[in-house]
Amino acid sequence: MPITEADVKKIAELAHMEIADEELRALTPQMAAIVEYVEQLNELDTSSVEPATGGLTPEGERTPASREDAARPSLGQKLALEEAPDPSHGHFRVPKVL
Amino acid sequence: MIKEGWEVVIGLEIHAQLSTESKIFCGCSTRFGDEPNSNTCPVCLGLPGALPVLNWRAVELGARAALALGLELNGRSVFARKNYFYPDLPKGYQISQYDQPFSERGELEMMTSVRDESGHAREWKPMKVRILRLHLEEDAGKNVHEGLPETDRFSYVDLNRAGTPLAEIVTEPDFRTSWEAYDYVNHVRRALQWVGASEADMEKGNLRCEANVSVRRTGEGFGTKVELKNLNSVRFMQKAIEFEIERQIELIESGGRVSQETRLWDDHLGETRVMRSKEEAHDYRYFPEPDLPPLVLPEGFAERVRAEMPELPEARRARFMDEYGLSYPDASQLTSGRALADYFERAAKASENARAASNWIRSEVLRELEAAGRGAEESPVAPEELGALVRLVDGGKISGKQAKDVLVEMFRTGKTASAIVEEQGLAQVSDAGEIERIVSEVVAANPKQLEQYRAGKESLLGFFVGQVMKASQGKANPKLVNETLLKKLKG
Repeated sequence: MPITEADVKKIAELAHMEIADEELRALTPQMAAIVEYVEQLNELDTSSVEPATGGLTPEGERTPASREDAARPSLGQKLALEEAPDPSHGHFRVPKVL
Repeated sequence: MIKEGWEVVIGLEIHAQLSTESKIFCGCSTRFGDEPNSNTCPVCLGLPGALPVLNWRAVELGARAALALGLELNGRSVFARKNYFYPDLPKGYQISQYDQPFSERGELEMMTSVRDESGHAREWKPMKVRILRLHLEEDAGKNVHEGLPETDRFSYVDLNRAGTPLAEIVTEPDFRTSWEAYDYVNHVRRALQWVGASEADMEKGNLRCEANVSVRRTGEGFGTKVELKNLNSVRFMQKAIEFEIERQIELIESGGRVSQETRLWDDHLGETRVMRSKEEAHDYRYFPEPDLPPLVLPEGFAERVRAEMPELPEARRARFMDEYGLSYPDASQLTSGRALADYFERAAKASENARAASNWIRSEVLRELEAAGRGAEESPVAPEELGALVRLVDGGKISGKQAKDVLVEMFRTGKTASAIVEEQGLAQVSDAGEIERIVSEVVAANPKQLEQYRAGKESLLGFFVGQVMKASQGKANPKLVNETLLKKLKG
C-alpha cells in the first residue's frame, strides 16, 4: 500500500496540522518507508491467531481489569488547572469553538 | 400528518448516563453541579501515561439497560478509540466501542399513538422496534459558551463530566412518524429509570438523543438522511423531526436535493439549521483501545443481572390485569413508574379491594400528589393508610363522598383515616335503633306529607330521606334509612 502525498495531506488535516509543500515532499517517502517496513508482517499467516487487544502481556494479565464503583479523591480545581496554558474562572480557556 | 405520497424514515440514537458513583475509567466522582474541573484526575484529564481501569458497576448497569430493552449481551466486547479533536475531549479520542459492542440484536414492544391537532393521544397500539446495539463509552466534558467573560472570543472547558459512563442505544430506522419517535424515547426513559440504570432526565442532560431523518416518495429507496442534534427534551425532538420532514419534502418538491448534514434544533426560532455538512465531517479512525483488555463477561453474568432486576413494566402490567382484574389503560397508568406500581400493590393488599384502590389512586391520590409536586414514593399518605380508608368505605363506616374529604385531610395532616373519622365524628350511624328513632320523629313531624304519600304520591320518599339525613347531620347509613322509612311510611 504505497503512501501518496494526498494521504499525508489528509492525515495532517485530521491531526489539525499545517504542513508546507516541502514538508509534504519530505514526509511522504519517509512515511511510505515506515508502512513498507511494517508490511513485512503480512508475510506471516495470522488467520488462526486472535487479534491482540489491550493488556495481553504477562504483566498486563496480572493487572486487575476492572474496579469497584467507589469515588476517590480527585485533583481538585486548582491542581487540575495548574499546568493549563490559559486557565480562567475555574475553566480551561480556549479559542472560541462553535 | 405526513403529506400524501411521501414516507418518512427515522432512526434514533440515545445516550444515557449510567447511575454510577464514579467515572467509567477512573475514581473521580460523577456528581453533578460541583465546582468546574474539581472532579478530575490524570486519567480523565488525558495526562500522558495515565491508564484507564473499567468500573464494573458501569458494566452491570449497562447490562440492566440492555436486558430491559430486549438486547442480547455479547460475552466478549472490545473498547475502541474514536479519534477527533474538540476542546471537551482532552485525550483527542473517546473510548467507545465499535465493531464488537457490548450488546446487540434487540427488539422491544412499546405502545404508540396517533395524536390529534392539540397533541392528545387518540388510540394506543403496540409497535415493535428493533434496536441495533447498545454499547458502553465515556462522555466528553462540557464546553461553556455563555455566562463567562469574552465569550465572543473564548470558550471555556469543564471536564467534570469527562469520563462519565454512557450507554449509547441505536435503533434501526423503524420509525415512520415523529410521535413514534416520541413514544420510543419515553419508553426507553421509563425502562432505564425502572431498572435503576439511569436517571434518564433530559433536563439534567443525563439522557440525550439524536435523530436521523430522511424522506422518500412511497415505494422508493432510502433518501439522504439528516442528523438532528440539540434536542433537549422529548417534545423538542418531536418538533424538530416534524419541521425536518416538511423541510425535506418541500425542498425535493421544489427541485432541490437534501444534503447529508448535521442540523441543530433552535427552539426559539422553531427550526433546524445546519451545524456541519458531511463533506467536512470526521473520519474517526476507530481502532481497538490498547490500554484496555477485551470486556469478557463471567459465566452466568446475564442471569445474575436479570435476577437482580425488578419485574419489568410490561410484565407487571400484565400481572396487574391478571391478578387484580384491572383494565389495560388502568394497569398501564399504574405501571407508568416503579414507585407508583409499588404504591398500588401495597394499597391493593391493605385494602383487600384492588379495583377500589386503583380507582382511588388514579383519581384522588395522583391529583393530590401532583398538586404537592411529589412522586408516589414521597406520598404523605402511606399505601397502607389508603387501604385502611378503602376498608372503612367497604365496611359501611363512612360514605364514598365522606371518604374523599377524609383523604384530602389525610394528605393535609398526615393523620390516619380512622383518626380523622373519629375526630370529626364522621362515622355513619348504622345502629338500627337510632335510625328508627330519627325516622319516627321525622314522620311524626310531617303529617301532611305522610298523608299525600299514603294517597299514592310515592315521589315524596325522597323528601323523607332528605329530612332524615338532615336530622342525622348526614351520618345515617343511607341504605338503612331507606329500608326503615319504607316500612314506617306504609304504616
